[in-house]
Amino acid sequence: MSDSDSSFTLDGRIIAFAPGQTILAAATAAGVYIPHLCAHPDFPPHGSCKLCTVTVNGRDGSACTIQAAPGQEVRSDTPELHEIRRVLLQMLFVEGNHFCPGCEKSGRCKLQALAYEIEMLSPHFVQFFPHREIDASHPEFFLDFNRCIMCELCVRASRDVDGKNIFALAGRGRESHIIVNSPSGKLGDTDFAATDKAAEVCPVGAILRKEIGFATPIGARLYDHAPISRVDLAGQEK
Amino acid sequence: MASLETAANPKKLRRVAIDPLTRVEGHGKVTLLLDAENKVHQVRLHIVEFRGFEAFIEGRPFWEVPVTVQRLCGICPVSHHLAAIKAMDAIAGYSHLTPTAEKLRRLMHYGQILQSHAVHFFHLASPDLLLGFDSEPTRRNIVGIAAAFPDIAKQGVLLRKFGQEVIRHTTGKRIHGTGAIPGGVNKALSAAERDTLRAGIDQMIVWARDAVRMIARLHEVHPAFYNGFGGFRANMMGLVDRHGALDLYHGGLRARDADGGPIFDHVDYTTYEKVLTEEIKPWTYMKFPHIRALGPEAGWYRVGPLARIQICAYVPSELAEIERRDFLAIGDGKPVHGALLYHWARMIEALHAAEVIRDLLDDPDIVGTDLMAERGERRSEAVGVIEAPRGTLFHHYRVGEDDLVKFCRLIVSTTNNNQAMNEAIRAVAAEYVDGRVLTEGLLNHIEVAIRAYDPCLSCATHAIGQMPLEVDLVDADGVLIDRRRKNFGGA
Ligand code: SF4
Ligand code: FES
Repeated sequence: MSDSDSSFTLDGRIIAFAPGQTILAAATAAGVYIPHLCAHPDFPPHGSCKLCTVTVNGRDGSACTIQAAPGQEVRSDTPELHEIRRVLLQMLFVEGNHFCPGCEKSGRCKLQALAYEIEMLSPHFVQFFPHREIDASHPEFFLDFNRCIMCELCVRASRDVDGKNIFALAGRGRESHIIVNSPSGKLGDTDFAATDKAAEVCPVGAILRKEIGFATPIGARLYDHAPISRVDLAGQEK
Repeated sequence: MASLETAANPKKLRRVAIDPLTRVEGHGKVTLLLDAENKVHQVRLHIVEFRGFEAFIEGRPFWEVPVTVQRLCGICPVSHHLAAIKAMDAIAGYSHLTPTAEKLRRLMHYGQILQSHAVHFFHLASPDLLLGFDSEPTRRNIVGIAAAFPDIAKQGVLLRKFGQEVIRHTTGKRIHGTGAIPGGVNKALSAAERDTLRAGIDQMIVWARDAVRMIARLHEVHPAFYNGFGGFRANMMGLVDRHGALDLYHGGLRARDADGGPIFDHVDYTTYEKVLTEEIKPWTYMKFPHIRALGPEAGWYRVGPLARIQICAYVPSELAEIERRDFLAIGDGKPVHGALLYHWARMIEALHAAEVIRDLLDDPDIVGTDLMAERGERRSEAVGVIEAPRGTLFHHYRVGEDDLVKFCRLIVSTTNNNQAMNEAIRAVAAEYVDGRVLTEGLLNHIEVAIRAYDPCLSCATHAIGQMPLEVDLVDADGVLIDRRRKNFGGA
């Protein structure tokens, strides 16, 4: 098998891939960062946030879902793609209530870290200021859907790893939101536990441990020293 | 210690300004009501868009609140942070702190006092005092001071910066850091950080004393003007320690009347509702707090430097106490009440803050690492009070078993001074309103009087700097006969 049978080019760089790997996975393995948000190495791709949009042989698509194929010509680091990602992020910011300065997740939030990564300096669009619920019924965790970006990582983790199926996506379009599968719709009425995979996957501050807020000082948080691109490639993402 | 400044790729760590509070920009609105003889008979200071913050807090998890409330004020976020955390300590079940945690919080607070007083005096008030109220408005700012008095401007900038550095080393950021958490603090001060601050503090003490002396000299030139401008007799309130000394971080509530006579003393601030109550008036969202026993007519009071310096038995630091005695001498044993005297008292406090910072840095506990206290019984209701730069600040919360805030009441310094600020404007307006038009001179004088209390109504505008002000003149028939605006940007 020649090199070109198992490699593609990414912004001119030759990237080797293993059969079945996505463009995103192959790039990460080769030490090249492609911005992404809903993708997580432990779960099958979801393809919803579109932050990982790349141009493959002239057409735009999600790097987290497209299988790597021999000879593909992939572009990621271009002004046009950065602009698309910036706009997508700005839309995510305005459609929720992302009040970073008061958020416990600040400094280790992927959404915020990506905003720094791609130099989004303002939300640009008019804020929706939606009314979203907080669910504080669980003794150890609280849910603040103001910050939810509907990546469904909690849905996937609870269903596929924890075998509990606690979270689900409901509604459509602008009405979509995450719900809790319990008679009352409250997390306190489920067997959600601190040891669940779903308790640690939320990329933003929507699923948070109660009471340990702000224990890590500014300067010692995950993204204080390095941008998400380096943290991600170093495999330190939590 | 590595910091954002030394990050390998600082560009990608740039902070994003995402803040829903920018939509509650407020401004000050003053309405002057004339009587049939065109004399001012009523003044209303109305801070537009003041409401809203308490509702913003209700429903949030309690441990988030001390961080969130910092958005209330662009100048004294640390005061809100600490008033809230004092309440949340109790909510979370911490009845005391470790010595290191308490001292780090004090350090943070006195850094905030120094920083805020420096901005308030040098950047925002000194142009009025040194260049004149009627000087060219475009030059009546710190840039104008830098041109006319370069040393003073430089000292002001560096005093402010030093205060910010104290805040940065204790909260992680120069503004809107974290620092205090229920039960303690999240960050120790390293020996290296302590040494850096210690190396600079002696110079700050000298400059702060120079600033006090400068105001004393200004007063010496025009004593009658300084004593009288925006002046009126008022009760005074603030926190004092158990010896009656000034303590800006913690203590009991003391109130004195306009002659210095006692009203109440050493009141446990968690029971403030026994001695204070708030009156609601139909024309403003800002409430009018007053001393319950005296009623709304006679019970209003003033808070902040001018009150604190005069109700305490002494200032517990050597140089500031010497300056306080010189200050008190102008009243011949009686309290003084002129609005501009706030600035003198303010810089005595700045000097005190610098001395306290030095003493804290010399205390070995300050570099301790025992940051969190033992946890006890949780509580569902708590009050935190602190002396913020502009005066007594109350934070009162009730928190449910689910950790969410059910009730939040904030009585900020500006609210405590509400009636006093109305009186100050009335005193100025009575002297400077001339006929049925608003002059630039009148607007300037109103602005100077407000600024003695509050540099830019920052708790309403949530931003530092220029105070957006609208002044309306209304005649005896209720007809708006003139309106002028200042600092409204494009508006
Ligand atoms: S709660 Fe968190 S993990 Fe779940 S969908 Fe929302 S953002 Fe994703
Ligand atoms: S990471 Fe690929 S679509 Fe979200």
